[in-house]
Amino acid sequence: MTAEHSHLPAENEIRIGVYVCHCGSNIAGVVDVAEVARWAAENLKDQGVVVARDYKFMCSSPGQELVTDDIKNFGLNRIVVAACSPHLHENTFRTATARGGLNPYLCELVSIREQDSWVHTDKAAATVKAKAILAGGVERVRRNEPLSPVRVDINPATLVVGGGIAGISATLELADAGFKVYLVEKDPSIGGHMAQFDKTFPTLDCSACILTPKMVAAGTHPNVELLTWSEVEKVEGYVGNFTVTVRKKARYVNEDLCNGCGVCQEKCPKKVIDEVFEAGLGYRKAIYTPFDQAVPRTPVIDRPNCTYFEKGTCKACEKFCETNAIDFNQEDSIVTLEVGNIIMATGYDLFDARKMTQYGYGRLPNVFTSLEFERLSNSAGPTNGHVVLRDGVTEPKSVAIVHCVGSRDKNHNNYCSAICCMQSLKFAHLIKEHTEATIYDFYIDMRTAGKGYDEFYQRILEEGGIFVRGKPAEITDVARTPEEEGKLILSVEDTLIGQQRRFPVDMVILSSGLEPRADAKELAVRFGISCSFDGWAIEKHPKLDPVATMTEGVFVAGCVSGPKDIPASVAQGAAAAARVLGRIQQKVMSLEPIKATVHAEHCSGCRICNTMCPYNAISFDDALGVSSINAAMCQGCGTCVAACPAGAISGTGFSDEQVLAQIEGLLMVGADGAPLRRSAFPVAHHEAVEEAVRA
Amino acid sequence: MSTQAPVAPAPVEGAAPATTTFEPVIIGFTCNWCSYRAADLAGTARTKYPPNVRLIRLMCSGRLDPTFVLKAFSEGADAVLVSGCHPGECHYIEQNYKALRRFQLLQRTIEALGIEPARLQLVWASAAEGVRLANEIARVTEEVRAIGPLNWPAGDIVDLDAVDLSAAWEATGGDADGPPEAPGGVNPDHAAGSLPAAASQPAAATQPAEASR
Repeated sequence: MTAEHSHLPAENEIRIGVYVCHCGSNIAGVVDVAEVARWAAENLKDQGVVVARDYKFMCSSPGQELVTDDIKNFGLNRIVVAACSPHLHENTFRTATARGGLNPYLCELVSIREQDSWVHTDKAAATVKAKAILAGGVERVRRNEPLSPVRVDINPATLVVGGGIAGISATLELADAGFKVYLVEKDPSIGGHMAQFDKTFPTLDCSACILTPKMVAAGTHPNVELLTWSEVEKVEGYVGNFTVTVRKKARYVNEDLCNGCGVCQEKCPKKVIDEVFEAGLGYRKAIYTPFDQAVPRTPVIDRPNCTYFEKGTCKACEKFCETNAIDFNQEDSIVTLEVGNIIMATGYDLFDARKMTQYGYGRLPNVFTSLEFERLSNSAGPTNGHVVLRDGVTEPKSVAIVHCVGSRDKNHNNYCSAICCMQSLKFAHLIKEHTEATIYDFYIDMRTAGKGYDEFYQRILEEGGIFVRGKPAEITDVARTPEEEGKLILSVEDTLIGQQRRFPVDMVILSSGLEPRADAKELAVRFGISCSFDGWAIEKHPKLDPVATMTEGVFVAGCVSGPKDIPASVAQGAAAAARVLGRIQQKVMSLEPIKATVHAEHCSGCRICNTMCPYNAISFDDALGVSSINAAMCQGCGTCVAACPAGAISGTGFSDEQVLAQIEGLLMVGADGAPLRRSAFPVAHHEAVEEAVRA
Repeated sequence: MSTQAPVAPAPVEGAAPATTTFEPVIIGFTCNWCSYRAADLAGTARTKYPPNVRLIRLMCSGRLDPTFVLKAFSEGADAVLVSGCHPGECHYIEQNYKALRRFQLLQRTIEALGIEPARLQLVWASAAEGVRLANEIARVTEEVRAIGPLNWPAGDIVDLDAVDLSAAWEATGGDADGPPEAPGGVNPDHAAGSLPAAASQPAAATQPAEASR
C-alpha cells in the first residue's frame, strides 16, 4: 500500500515517510499492516506524511533502500518506521536514514511488534493500537531535531571485579593484548570457587593444576595490578571514563616487604575454623593465606581472631618475620582508579542448605553440602582427600547424593542451577575412587548437555552407581527397622516404579544449587546495571549480547548473570574482554546525545534542579544567577527537565514538545479506531505551549 | 514494493467492537531501562495483555513531567500508568523516588480536579518482569473498565491566551447532561451512561483554568 504526494518541499515543510513492517507474519499475522499504512497516508497528511508504505521485512537491505530512496525521491526530512522495539533495530534505521542524507536522529522507530502484535490476539484492536502507536511516532518525529552523537575518549585501562576463573580469563585476555587491567578481589587470594575443587567434570582434570598457572600468570603479568582483599565502593562516570573507588582492606602485612615465605602462618599460635575456603571443615591460622597456591602469597591477619588485637600481646608473626612485613598499624586505604570499561565477574553464592530443614543439614552431622564434599575429596583438603564421616575417621559404606537442592523448587529457586547434575556425577566417581561405598543418586531429571557430559554420565552408570528418580521428601535419623539403626534414612518416592522407598545410608551429600551473591542487588545498583528478581545480572541481550549490559562500558562474565560451568565462564570472560578490546581499539566512542541543557534566558535561578541531579552535574552560577549543566556529567535521565518550574531546561531526544506531541498522536484514535474526544481540560496543546514560550 | 494481502481481514474503519464492554484507553509511561524492557520481554515471551494500553518511552520515570499526565487526560485517556524501576534499583541512582513524589502529588491534584485517583496508577517493574508488567496492565485495565470512561466535558483546543472564560463555562460546564460534540464526533462510549463525579461537578473542571489565569 503506497500513497505518494510528490512535489518539491517548501521551506521548513515537514515531509515524513512512514514504513510499516510485516516482520514476515510476526506483525502482519495480527496487525493489518496494509490498512495501517493506508490509514497513515490518508489521516496523517496534515502531520506531514507524504509517503506511507508497508513492507515484508523493513530491516532487510531492500527495506532499508525504500527509506534511502524515498528520502531522495520525495524530499523526506523525517522517517517513522513501525516495526520492532527500538532496542533492537533503532540503529539500523538511523543508519539507513543517514545513508539517505538525513540526520539519523530524524528517524523514529515505534514498536508494533513487542508492544502490539506479539502481546495481543484481537486483530482489530491490535490494528487500531498500531495506528495509535504510529500516529504517536509521527507526531513525535515532527519535533525531532538533528543531533550529533557525543564523542568520548576511551581510557584503555579496564577494571575486572572478581578474581574467579571468569575474571582471571578476562584479565589475561586484556593484559596479553597489551592493556592495563586492575583486578579487584574481595578475598585474600584470587582463584574463586574453582580453587576449592579437586577435580573438574567431565575430564576430571585436577582443578588446581589447570587453575594455578592462570592465577600465577595474572599475578605476575606486567599489565595486571592485583587488588586483593579489596572491594569496589563507588563507580562514577560513564563508558570510557569511569572513576572507581576501591577500598583496600587492611592486611596488617606490608605487601611490598612480604616475600611469602609462610613462616608467620607456621608460628601463629591461634587456630581458627576456616568457614570460607575449607567450608568449615578445616582450620587456618589467624594470619593466613587461604590455600598454598594463593596469589598473592601475602597473607592477611584476621583481626577479630588475632590474639594481639584481642589481648595486646603475642606478635609471634612479627617476631619471626624476616622482612619486617608485619604492620599492626596498617589501616584500610582508598584507591581511586581511572578506567574505560568494567567487567563484573562477581560469581555466585551456594544455596544455604539449612533452609531445607527436612534435609537436616546442620542438625544431622553426616549430611554434607557439595562444597564440603569438594574439600573432603580434595587431596589438599582438611582430610588429605580421605572421604570420611564428620567424625574424621570412619569411611562411609553407603553415600546418597541428592540433586536439585534449592533448585527447580518453587519454595526456593525455580531455575535449574545447570552444574549440579554433572557435579553430582563427579562426586559419584570420586566416592568410587576413594571408597568402597555404594552410591545412590537421587535426581529429578538428569541434565547432562555439554561436550562430553552425557558420555561422562554413561561412564558413571557403568561404574555402578544406583540412580533413583525422585526428590527425597525427608532425611532422618529415626530408624524404623534394625537395619536403619544408626543410619541416615532418605524417604523418597521412586517415580519410575511409583513406590515410596526408604534408603538407609551413612553419608548424604546435598548438591546445592547456585544463587546470586547475597549483595547482588547492591552491586547492581553500584555498577548501574539491572538484575532479575533473583539477583542475576541482566544481559543486554540474552542470546546475541550475553556479556554486555544495558549500561555502556559495564560487562558481565561468568555466574554473575546466571549459573554456568567452568567452560562457559572462561568463554564469557574472554568474550567480555574481546568486547572491551573492541572499545579500546576504537579509542573514541559515540554516545547517545541524550542530555539536558539549561536555557539561561528562561532560568529564574530558583535552584530546584540543583538538588534533583544524582550526578551533581548541575551547578549554580552565583554571578549570573542561573543554573547550568555539565554535559559530560549529565546522564540524561531528564528529572531536572521535569522538575524545572519555568520550563527552562530542555532534554535532548526526549523534549517536552516531543513527548506532549507523542501523547497527542497516541490518543488520535480511541479503542474502537474512531477519533478520540478531547476534553476541555485546561492543558494547552503544544502549539499553545510553544506560542507561550515564544511570547 | 509489497502489496501482499494481509493475513488478517481488514477491520471496518471506525467500527465499534462487537462487545459492549467499555474499552478504556490507557497511556503508559515507561522507563527505558526497566519497564520498557519489561514490555519488550513480555512481547518476546508472547505474554498476552489487553490492547488498551499505549506506551511512551522516557529515559527514566523521573523524567515524568506532571504535565504529561494531565495532557494525557486532556487528550482523552481514561487512565495513566506510570512505571519505573523498583525502589532502590533506579538506573539513575534514585530518580524513581522523585517520580514517586510527583505521583503522589499528582494523585491529589487529579482528585481535586474530579478525576478518580485510580485513573493514575504507579507500577514498579524491573527489566526482568515482563509477566508482572502484563499482569499489572491487565489489572489496571479491569479497574478502569469498572470505573467507566473519563467523561470530561468535551471541548476544542484551549488557547489559554484567547479563552473567553464565560463562554468556556457555557461551552464546557453549562450542560452536564449533554456535552457538546467534540470535533470529529463524540465517542459513543464517552457520551453514553451516567457521568462520573468529574462531569457532575463542572465547576471543578473550569475553576483551575480560572485560577491559573
